Amino acid sequence: MLQGWIQIALTLLIILLLTPPLGGYMARVFSGSETRLDRLFIPLEQLIYRWGGMGSLVDMTGWQYIRAVLFSNLAMALLVFMVIMFQGLLPLNPTGLGSPTWDTALHTVISFVTNTDQQHYAGETTYSYLSQGLGLGFLFFTSAATGMAVAIAFIRGLTGRPLGNFYGDWTLAITRILLPISLVGAVILVAAGVPETLAAPVVVPTLEDATVQQAIALGPVAHFEIIKMLGENGGGFFASNSAHPFENPNGLTNLLQIVAMMAIPTALIYTYGIFANNRRQAWLIYAMVFGIYLGCIGVAAIAEYQGNPAVNALLGGPHPNLEGKEVRFGWAQSVLYAVTTTGTMCGAVNAMHDSFMPLGGAVLLTNLFLQIVWGGQGTGTAYLFAYLILAVFVTGLMVGRTPEFLGRKIEQREVVLTSLLILLVHPIAILIPAAVTLAFSEQLAGTSNPGFHGLSQVIYEYASAAANNGSGFEGLADSQPAPTALWWNLSTSVSLLAGRYIPMIALVLLADGMSRKPPVPMTAGTLRTDTGLFIGVTAGVILIMGALTFFPVLALGPIAEAFQIGGGL
Amino acid sequence: MNRTTKRRRDRKHTPKVEMAGLYQRAIQDAFHKLDPRIAVRNPVMFLVWVGTVVTALVTLDPNLFGTVAAPPNPQRVLNGSITVILFFTVWFANFAEAVAEGRGKAQADSLRATRSDTMARKVLPDGSTQSLPSTALRRGEQVKVMAGEMVPADGEVVAGLASVDESAITGESAPVLKQPGTDIASSVTGGTRVISDELLIRVTADPGQGFIDRMIALVEGAERRKTPNEIALTVLLTVLTQVFLIVVATMLPLATYVKTPTTIAILISLLVALIPTTIGGLLSAIGIAGMDRVAQFNVIATSGRAVEACGDVNTLVLDKTGTITLGNRLAEEFIPVDGHGLGDLAQVALASSIFDETPEGRSIGQLAERLGATLEFNRATVEGVEFSARTRMSGIDLADGRQIRKGAVDAIKGFVRSRGGHLTPELDTAYEKVSKLGGTPLAVCQDGEVYGVIYLKDRVKPGIKERFDQLRRMGVRTIMLTGDNRITAAVIAQEAGVDDFIAEATPEDKIEVIRREQSQGKLVAMTGDGTNDAPALAQANVGLAMNSGTQAAKEAANMVDLDSDPTKLIDLVTIGKQLLITRGALTTFSIANDIAKYFAIIPTIFSAAGIGALNVMGLKSPQSAILSALIYNALIIPTLIPLALKGVQFRPLTADQLLRRNILIYGLGGVMAPFLAIKLIDWVIPIP
Repeated sequence: MLQGWIQIALTLLIILLLTPPLGGYMARVFSGSETRLDRLFIPLEQLIYRWGGMGSLVDMTGWQYIRAVLFSNLAMALLVFMVIMFQGLLPLNPTGLGSPTWDTALHTVISFVTNTDQQHYAGETTYSYLSQGLGLGFLFFTSAATGMAVAIAFIRGLTGRPLGNFYGDWTLAITRILLPISLVGAVILVAAGVPETLAAPVVVPTLEDATVQQAIALGPVAHFEIIKMLGENGGGFFASNSAHPFENPNGLTNLLQIVAMMAIPTALIYTYGIFANNRRQAWLIYAMVFGIYLGCIGVAAIAEYQGNPAVNALLGGPHPNLEGKEVRFGWAQSVLYAVTTTGTMCGAVNAMHDSFMPLGGAVLLTNLFLQIVWGGQGTGTAYLFAYLILAVFVTGLMVGRTPEFLGRKIEQREVVLTSLLILLVHPIAILIPAAVTLAFSEQLAGTSNPGFHGLSQVIYEYASAAANNGSGFEGLADSQPAPTALWWNLSTSVSLLAGRYIPMIALVLLADGMSRKPPVPMTAGTLRTDTGLFIGVTAGVILIMGALTFFPVLALGPIAEAFQIGGGL
Repeated sequence: MNRTTKRRRDRKHTPKVEMAGLYQRAIQDAFHKLDPRIAVRNPVMFLVWVGTVVTALVTLDPNLFGTVAAPPNPQRVLNGSITVILFFTVWFANFAEAVAEGRGKAQADSLRATRSDTMARKVLPDGSTQSLPSTALRRGEQVKVMAGEMVPADGEVVAGLASVDESAITGESAPVLKQPGTDIASSVTGGTRVISDELLIRVTADPGQGFIDRMIALVEGAERRKTPNEIALTVLLTVLTQVFLIVVATMLPLATYVKTPTTIAILISLLVALIPTTIGGLLSAIGIAGMDRVAQFNVIATSGRAVEACGDVNTLVLDKTGTITLGNRLAEEFIPVDGHGLGDLAQVALASSIFDETPEGRSIGQLAERLGATLEFNRATVEGVEFSARTRMSGIDLADGRQIRKGAVDAIKGFVRSRGGHLTPELDTAYEKVSKLGGTPLAVCQDGEVYGVIYLKDRVKPGIKERFDQLRRMGVRTIMLTGDNRITAAVIAQEAGVDDFIAEATPEDKIEVIRREQSQGKLVAMTGDGTNDAPALAQANVGLAMNSGTQAAKEAANMVDLDSDPTKLIDLVTIGKQLLITRGALTTFSIANDIAKYFAIIPTIFSAAGIGALNVMGLKSPQSAILSALIYNALIIPTLIPLALKGVQFRPLTADQLLRRNILIYGLGGVMAPFLAIKLIDWVIPIP
């Protein structure tokens, strides 16, 4: 047990140490300060700007920024949709795969362009190397960069600066952050044993029976893998994702993947601190999220470590729950990976979340509901500040002034946007489709488990889509040619789009409005938002708002299941 | 004790407003507000009202929305009980609003009493007069008001000289002299009575547009427009309501899927328990009560927005005289010069002041008498010399030809020189000494001989320093404006504890300092009464005009103080803050309550799902749990009505201290209170 906890603690320490240098570097990149990579990348960026017809990068207004996000994303989605639908005619298709069904392709494209990577297919038997490496791999970078650009625009607006230029930030996010780190990471992964090849699968006779042939899928995995983690994408090259030995062969690659998932969402909070010139506030917010994160790890780890009471009764002693886990990672690495991947909206998995103990499952669901336990690439940080604004509004009145955040008044427009963003999108995109699916469960759901666990599976699928996470509880018949696949593909697509673009529009408008407000000076009568007290209050608001919305489904899903298994809580 | 504070204290004991019958009327009004057309204005409570109708239907037929497994009769009893409680939830919210409005109406009635329809004598262009009701008057028209008549509308005196009884509005019984041209005395308010002589008045406000009319509309609540902050809060409450609507509506298929079906009535109960009914029901009462508190203070606000802005004020710009210091200066010390004794100086000073009826003059006489001076001549034989702005001296001419003068040091120097007198540096030394102490020096002479200097001292209002300390703790800066020189101003500023001061200030300086503060993003409040204050009053975010001031000042301000007490600006800051705090505290309380309600209802209604262990309160049964939570939810509204009307007690603390305190009371208290209360209700109600 101790070894497991030490593994977790050391990993978290590495992440903590990485935050200031990476966060500082990102602040320099996005504030246009000099960095060491300038000489290398400025000519490349100039070329991109010229080819892209972006000319000089002028600051955009809120709606210009939103249009740029939406149109660029739409254009990329159409491009990749075409590549996928015509993959049979295109090169780099050694296994001769044809077109997938239209709904699978549509769901895949929406899922990848929204940085979600929910997969209703098995990668190795559905998409060619070209579709995966160039089509989906392309979206790995651009969808992550979209999130990061929006986050930077949001931070700029919040701190009273113009929003900036979407295309400029988008390009910088790729050339200065995602691409350099991915290059280094991919080389390490190759060295650690991850394949990177365009060769066709290897066909070998099996050890048990030499007459049986087995095809072992390969592919250009390493470069795909690193950006999958770094960009919080999470879509696996193979169906079993990071549990597959070619995606995640050993402890070193597992560590690298966890660090890659955490690197940018954690560092962005520090980046904010530099932009706001208030590192104290940034560290306090960081500490708050870290606290919730540790709490999640703690609950899930204890649940997994104690194991399943029914199984323990058979084995005659306590054993960790290893169902659905890779033995090479064990309970500790699986729990840390699962909590991190659901918290950061990465969605890669190295263990089956479906097989977690009910309370472990409840923690993962909670991460998806809250979206701020680090949160998605960029959007998570922005959500965090939306929560702060909401906390300022609810509690700030109690100091007897119109609530202010960072010297700007929180008025009707801000309340409309933040409450829509934080409070309303998720219930609409998760609870309503889940209720429809379960009301007609025979026709629509196709769950492997009835009862409480079935409910958890359905809720998880929509929560994963709406939060742009992409991991699955699985156990749902959501892949073609299952009869329920069409419903799943289309209904989750709606949740994916709603969960991605409505908040993004709201965030940009919020930041735009804030940046235009005249700043109000700080006095003794101003509610300080960089105190432990206020950050503590914010944590309370986050947990209460989250609990109020999702306590009933947690009660009817994982909590009821926990009681059913008999272990109690 | 000065007159104003005494008057304010008296008012506390004898409320102007008649409260009898208030509650009977509110009880009736609460029923009238059930009209869906009125109810729909409050989305949160309207949803409860709709829920009441639905539960009433399932009381009549429990199987109306699909067959319910349970036997119909116990179902009917439960649904019926839920219906009754929901009805009272809505009714209590209506009652809260009705009480607040009732108090406002009573306040308005007492204001309106001054507004009773009078007949006005309109002056036609040809000079003849026409009699018509005051409501038919229009802005710009002229009316003639004779002794014994009411002034029919707000206006400005064009001609005539008359004394006017303004006690109906200000409570001040002494009549006020009104005449044209002068800054202060030329404006009249509708509803006041001319006691002597007659006035020609130009009407400055259409009927229904005067200050009092605007205030009546505000306190009555009917015309009340929601303030920006109230609108923002309503948005949040509406979104929360929508969230819970989705949560509860989707629970029906989810619960059915896990084979723990529930009923419509129970889900409606859960919904009502969760949506923020406490703050939703009390929100408008809080707003109306806030306006009412301003009105009780005898201040007329032209909008709720202005009252809210008071809470946000960063800087107060205050006139020294009347606000920080008492209006008059008193003699503090005599400083003899040129070898004269203190007794001699007192003697001359007394003689110089025998005709001076100003407070300053009287105080000089009193000080001289205390020092043993007596009049050594017959009053009737001497001739008084009045103070004039040109000579800046006053005094007496004795029968024997001696001339005694007191006045500004420069003026006396001139007088002495003209009499061939001799000036020594000692006079300048005394002058400087007094100036450094922050006083006003007056020189005294007899013919060509200077006797000494009188030190007149400005008296800072008692308790003002403590109030500025409080303001500073709340983050409000104070800036004093005065016509005094720098040295004097600095001493007073120090003594009163203001943060900054502007000496030798002109009216232009006033607007300048407001602009400067506003350019830093600050909200500025100020008081003023003169016509030349009008631009500054308009520029300030909160402009409080004195009722005794000119019409122009009152037009430019967004509040008018009927008692003409500039110190009230400080109280208004407190009222504004209190309004916001009350709203925030009850919102936090309302949301924090939901945790306990969840723990009461969810485990018991879904106990079939095996989550009964979450029933941490150990409630008796699902029926009892639901009814207990709903009863709590309904009763908390009337319980909090007094708090909503009175406002959360305000303490002058920093924002952080206030947050800590209020989070503890309303946040943590809001989490804990319902656990105890629901358990208690569950224990009391006779349901198995």
